[in-house]
Parts: sequence; structure tokens; C-alpha cells
Amino acid sequence: MSATILTVDDSRTMREMLKLALTQAGYRVIQAEDGVHGLEVLKTETPRVIVTDINMPRMDGFGFIEHVRADDSYRGIPILVLTTESDAEKKDRARRAGATGWIIKPFDPAKLIDAIRRVSA
Amino acid sequence: MDAMAAVKQTFFQECEEQLAELETGLLAMERGEAESDTVNAVFRAVHSIKGGAGAFSLEGLVQFAHVFETTLDHVRNGALEPTADVMAVMLRAADLLADLVAAARDGHTVDSGRSEVLVGELTALSPGGAEAEAEEEDDMSDFSFTPVTVAFDFSDAPVDIGRSYTITFKPRPELYAKGNETVLVLRELERLGELEINCDASGLPSLAALDPEGAYLEWTIKLTTEKGEDAIREVFEFVEWDSSLTIQAADAGSSDAEPGADSTEDAFAALLRSIQGDEAAQPATTAEIIPLPSAEEREAVAEVEAQPTKAAAARNSESGANANAGAPQTIRADLERVDRLIDLVGELVINQAMLSQRVMEAGHVPGSAVALGLDELEHLTREIQDCVMAIRAQAVKSVFQRIPRLVREVASMTGKQVRLITDGEGTEVDKTVIDRLNDPLTHMIRNAIDHGLEKPEVRIAAGKPAEGVVRLSAMHRSGRIVIEVADDGAGINRSRVKAIAVEKGLIAADAVLSDEEIDNLIFLPGFSTASEVSNISGRGVGMDVVKRSIQGLGGRLSITSRPGKGSTFTMSLPLTLAVLDGMVVTVADQTLVVPLTAIIETLQPKAADVHGLGGGSRVIAIRDAFTPLIDVGRELGFRNTATDPLAGVAILVETEGGRRSALLVDTIQGQRQVVIKSLESNYRHVPGIAAATILGDGRVALIIDVDTVIANSQSDATILEPVLAAAG
Repeated sequence: MSATILTVDDSRTMREMLKLALTQAGYRVIQAEDGVHGLEVLKTETPRVIVTDINMPRMDGFGFIEHVRADDSYRGIPILVLTTESDAEKKDRARRAGATGWIIKPFDPAKLIDAIRRVSA
Repeated sequence: MDAMAAVKQTFFQECEEQLAELETGLLAMERGEAESDTVNAVFRAVHSIKGGAGAFSLEGLVQFAHVFETTLDHVRNGALEPTADVMAVMLRAADLLADLVAAARDGHTVDSGRSEVLVGELTALSPGGAEAEAEEEDDMSDFSFTPVTVAFDFSDAPVDIGRSYTITFKPRPELYAKGNETVLVLRELERLGELEINCDASGLPSLAALDPEGAYLEWTIKLTTEKGEDAIREVFEFVEWDSSLTIQAADAGSSDAEPGADSTEDAFAALLRSIQGDEAAQPATTAEIIPLPSAEEREAVAEVEAQPTKAAAARNSESGANANAGAPQTIRADLERVDRLIDLVGELVINQAMLSQRVMEAGHVPGSAVALGLDELEHLTREIQDCVMAIRAQAVKSVFQRIPRLVREVASMTGKQVRLITDGEGTEVDKTVIDRLNDPLTHMIRNAIDHGLEKPEVRIAAGKPAEGVVRLSAMHRSGRIVIEVADDGAGINRSRVKAIAVEKGLIAADAVLSDEEIDNLIFLPGFSTASEVSNISGRGVGMDVVKRSIQGLGGRLSITSRPGKGSTFTMSLPLTLAVLDGMVVTVADQTLVVPLTAIIETLQPKAADVHGLGGGSRVIAIRDAFTPLIDVGRELGFRNTATDPLAGVAILVETEGGRRSALLVDTIQGQRQVVIKSLESNYRHVPGIAAATILGDGRVALIIDVDTVIANSQSDATILEPVLAAAG
């Protein structure tokens, strides 16, 4: 079975784009629309890697990462944040919240797959 | 459509939603009702548009969205006060953003001068002004959209071969807590070139003292690679913060690394051997010790997080148990499938009606078991029909959301101050109706501002607030949707309206009309009260066009007006275009349906009222007005000879153009709601026939297209016009 990636993004466009790139690379993709929804999905699914946006309604990416990191049962799941290049401060905050790495938006699909490979066995 | 084109389509759909959200949010901010949630949503809308636009390399859109986003960010973090002036710029920026999105979608361009002006205004709002602008430009150049070269693409490698680097890497526990793995880092490094890995496990405690999530190892790696130091740094990009890392370039070819394990696997095998003592190693996943960030890390996180966490807590306590409820769950379905379902349910309704009739004919009395079962079936069928129709139902919000911008535009063009109040945005109506609602509504709003509201000085002189109010509301009323556009302007100037109508020959100079009749004159074709054709209310088209398009939807439009208090236009539309309220009539043994919306009244012609004209044409006097009497049977070719008008029934109808005619039919069977079946898709277009339906007894009935029947009869008898004019 192919590895599952959870994508958390409030933008439908971004979700579809991620799904396209990831499914083409052979991953199974599950999606959530924001942090709250992401935590919901995690109750029933154990993804190999989580890719999350930062700016989202209800619960943003930072909050989501902190929740995931605070829960033992999700230990070790790599989390990549989607961020824009100019967001050095965001990268830093995400890192301190417990992000494993980041993907620069707009992303090159090869770069995305590359980042996922870099954090998952 | 390829997959990327589909995503692009999604992007533009989503842009529409975000633009609507943006506008709603900005207007709330303008009214001073914005909470931090609203400001965040506004920011997010622009941010999302920028993000998607970046992915599709829509640079003009990205650049403007970026500037806009930056200014919004200042508002969000409190550096910029959302004053009326600031909000005016924001709203105009939102309008431009919408135009840029539309331009990107349709492949045309937007006047670059316009965006330059707004970029200038937005950056001027930023704290620091011009200084910030310079910074802004730097920021923009950072925001590059050329795809980043993939670091591991060997074809891009510089030709100089083999440079050696000595890397020391000592992970801290945080590295593992964040889901990173040393082994993955080493694996990546291996892709860059030749590796010599040496692991210093001297810091490793005995197994008893070992924290499974601790970090005890230090790695010294010698890498010979064709890639530069940047490529190596990139491998450590995610982990360098949570480790001690040094990368030192050595001379090419030199090898001073200590002999040791020469591959990742060997290093790990060695490591494993070193920690495996008399006890078996505990799998890390069952460990109960949670690594804590160092004190200073913790503090830093706490400081940064304090604000949003508080906000989130406030939000949660506000919405209470509903915090997780969020938006209702939706599915996206192919419209064709829904239409097919609606079609099938239509068939079901017809079938059920037929079955009921057959059962009654077979002699089952009401109250019998069969009849009761049928009643239940009928009830369920209706319910299914309602439910299926509800699938296509959409809230009028999507149409209402476009109105604020229109109001702003028209207000600024006319120099009037307008406040728009909307009500009942959640009212639902069939999608086909929604799709065709925009044009008439746009016209009505323009009309309300341009003709309805007075200029501020006039209002003040009349003792009214300078700001006029236009109220747009939607509600359900007796199975229809009613949309009202009300203004608190001067109301209809009846003496003026009447004078114009006389001047244009629409009414006789001595005609005695009630107030209501005068008000309704504005719906007559060719009537326009504006002394000069204004480019706002339309290109010389008046309310007659609006009325016609609403009637085309099976709707009605009416007006009530009070001098000095304002006017209210009320449009009432069917909730769906799939069923129609019709009058079932018989003509030459054929069953026909006349749409109820077109009918004004029905009457029994009297001999004294019917007058013959040349060419077999007839007119009927209805309340002192001569109205063409159209013999439907002859017009549609059901018979060749004229019917005796006294034996039939005249149905007075009004065309979409407002012209009245009387349709002569044999008998009236009654009123019924019928399911519309397209004749074109099942047979072919027939002039004079709008569609067909199947009645309860299984017969097909044609639905009359009132407008074409009247138009055809008039082209048959063009001599009618001058005669009528003389008679009228």
C-alpha cells in the first residue's frame, strides 16, 4: 500500500494542487480544510507525512502542529509547512511549534516530493 | 481537460468565493463591526488568491495581491487604523483585485495605470510610507516565481569534480521530537556524493540511563561531492536549528577522515552493536518520556504564541460546543446528474398522477385501501420532488454579494451617498433562477440610486439624512421568492411621469389614471424619465426591459411609491423553472397550457364587444380598450375556420413587452402545476409552443409561448396596428 500524506489547507486550489502532485508521485492523499479538521482526520488515519498550510480559519498551522506534537500517539509524524519564501519569521515560528520542515510556495512538484522524501523513510 | 486545467478552474471558482468574502469582510470593517476574525478572514482571502495565482504564474495578480496583503497585514497587527479613508482604498483595491482575477481568467488585461495608482495608495498607507515602499519592493523581488532548481538534479551540477567537505553534526533531542531523523539526513547526503561516516557514540549512556528520545551521538561526515556547500546546507535545512552543525570545505582529493564505518548502514550496525548490552533495546515508540524544549525555547514559543492562543480561546468559548461544528458538510455533484434526477422525479410525479387517475377510473372510491395507499404515494412523491428541487436551490447570497460593489460604483458616479442594507441573503431559490437574477437586479439597484435617491444637498433640504438607504431583501412568500429593492428617495414624480407618457404618446393627454396606474407607466416600453440618457441606468433601456426579463423567468414586477418617502420595487419569481403554474385549456380538442404568469383575467366575450377587422382579424373591447383577439386554434393551425368567439373563452394576457392581447380558446379545464418538458430536446422547436407537459391522464399538453403567438398573429395582420391606434 502506498504511503498516505495528509494535506491540511483551507484553499481548495492548494489542496487539489497538492493532491495532483502527490498522487502522481504514487502517494495516497487525505485532506483536511483546517487545523481542527486535520486533528479530526488524525483520529482515524495515520499518515506517513503531514503537509500543512499556516494561515487557516478556526485553527491555524501553528496551533495544529502544536496539537499534533502534544499528543503522544502522533509522535514522530513528520510535518511539513507550506510557506512563502519571504516568510522567514513564519518558518521560524513553525519550526518552534514543532514542524519538521517546510515547502516554499508556490511549490515545484518535484521539490514537494523531494521534501517529503527527505523527512520520510 | 487536463488535471492542471481542472485545478485552475477550481482556483477561479475559489477566487470568486474569496472575493465575496473579502468584500463582505471589508464592508464589515468599514462599518466598524470587524472583529479580529473578520480581519483575519479578509487577510486570508487575499493571501489565498495570491498563493493560487503564484502557482499559475499569474504575476500581475500576485504582485497586486502581495501589496494588498501587506497593507492588510498592517491592519491585522494593529499598525494601521482602519479609518474610513483607509477602508475606501481597501474597497477599491478589492474591486481591482476582482478585475485582475477576471482578467486572468478571461485572458485579457487590466489597465496597468489603475493598478499602479492603487499600489501607490496602498503602500502609502503602510506605516513608514515611502520608506516602507522601498522595503516593499525588496520584498517583492524576494517573492520569486521561477521554479527553484531541484538541488539533486545532477544535470545542473557544476563541472568541477570532487570537492571534500568535513561535516560535524550533533543532533539535539528537539530534532527527533519534530519528526526529523538523522538517518534520513545521511541518506540525503549520500545522494550528493561519496560519504565517509564516523559516529562518536562516546556520549551514549548505559541502557538503564538511556532516554530513548535523547540525542547522544555526534557524527563526523566526510563528503566528496560535485555540488557546492549550498546543496549540503540544503540537506541540513530542516535540522540545522536543532543540532550543532559545521561544514568545512577541505582541499579537493585530500582525505584526513578517521577510518571508520564507510556507509550509513554500517554506521548504524556499529551503533546498534554498541548499545545492545545484556538487555534488549526498548522500542522508542513505547517510551513514555516526552522531550521538553529547553527553558528558553519554551519561553520563546510561549511569547510568540500568547496572542493567537488567547484569541483562539476566546473564539472557542464564544462558540462553545459548536466550535467543532464549523461549516455544514457539503458534497460537490455534477449538475447534469442533479438535472437528470430532477427530470426523473418529474416523470415520477406525472406517473403517479396517471396512476391515481386510472385507479379512480377503475372504480376505487376515495377511502379505499388502494386510494389511501395512493394518497400516501402522492404525498411521498411531492416530498421527494421538494427535496430534489432543494438540491438545486442556492441562497441568493451569491447574487447579493455582487451588489455592494455596484452600489459603490453607482454612488460615486452619481455623487450620491448610499447605504445598502441587505436582508434575507440565505433565502434559497433554484440555481437557474439565481443565474438569471443578476441582470434585472443590477438594473433595479442602479435605477434606485440613479432615479430613486436624491442628491445629498436635496435630501438635507428635505430634512432627510444626506445618506440615502437602499434596502435589498429576499424572502419566501406563498411558494415564490420575493425580492424587494426599496429606496428612501423622493418617490415617483407622478406629474412628471404622466407628462412624459403623454409626450411620448403612451397615454392620451386627458387620460384619468390612478396613482398606481401612473406608477406602472414606467414599465411601458420606451419610457425613460431621465431627461438625458444616463450611462448608469442603462443605454436608454428602461424598466420595461427589467420587467420583461423577470417575466421571462415566470416572474412579476410591481412598484409601490410614496412621494417623498421612496419607492419599492417588488419582484416575485417562481422557486424553480422546472415546474410551472398553468391554466389548462382546450382548443380544437387539443389540451394546451397557458402560463399563469402571463394571464391577467379571463372573460366570456359578448357579441357587442367583438369587432371584426379586415383579413379575419378581430378585436375585443375590454374596459373601453380595444384588444386584439387571437384565435389560438387557427393561429396554431389546429383548424382553418374561425371559431365563434361567443362560444369560447377569452384569456387576457400580457406579453413580456407589456402588450395586451386576448387569446380565444374553447374551454378552460382548470389551473394546474405542470412539469415542464422541453420540446426541443424531445422533438423539435415548434413556433408558438414554449414546451410540453404530460397531464395526469397521460396526455401530452403543449405549453403556449404567449409572446410568439401574439407576435405571429400580428405579423399575419399588420393592418391591425393603425386601426388599433385609431381606435385607442
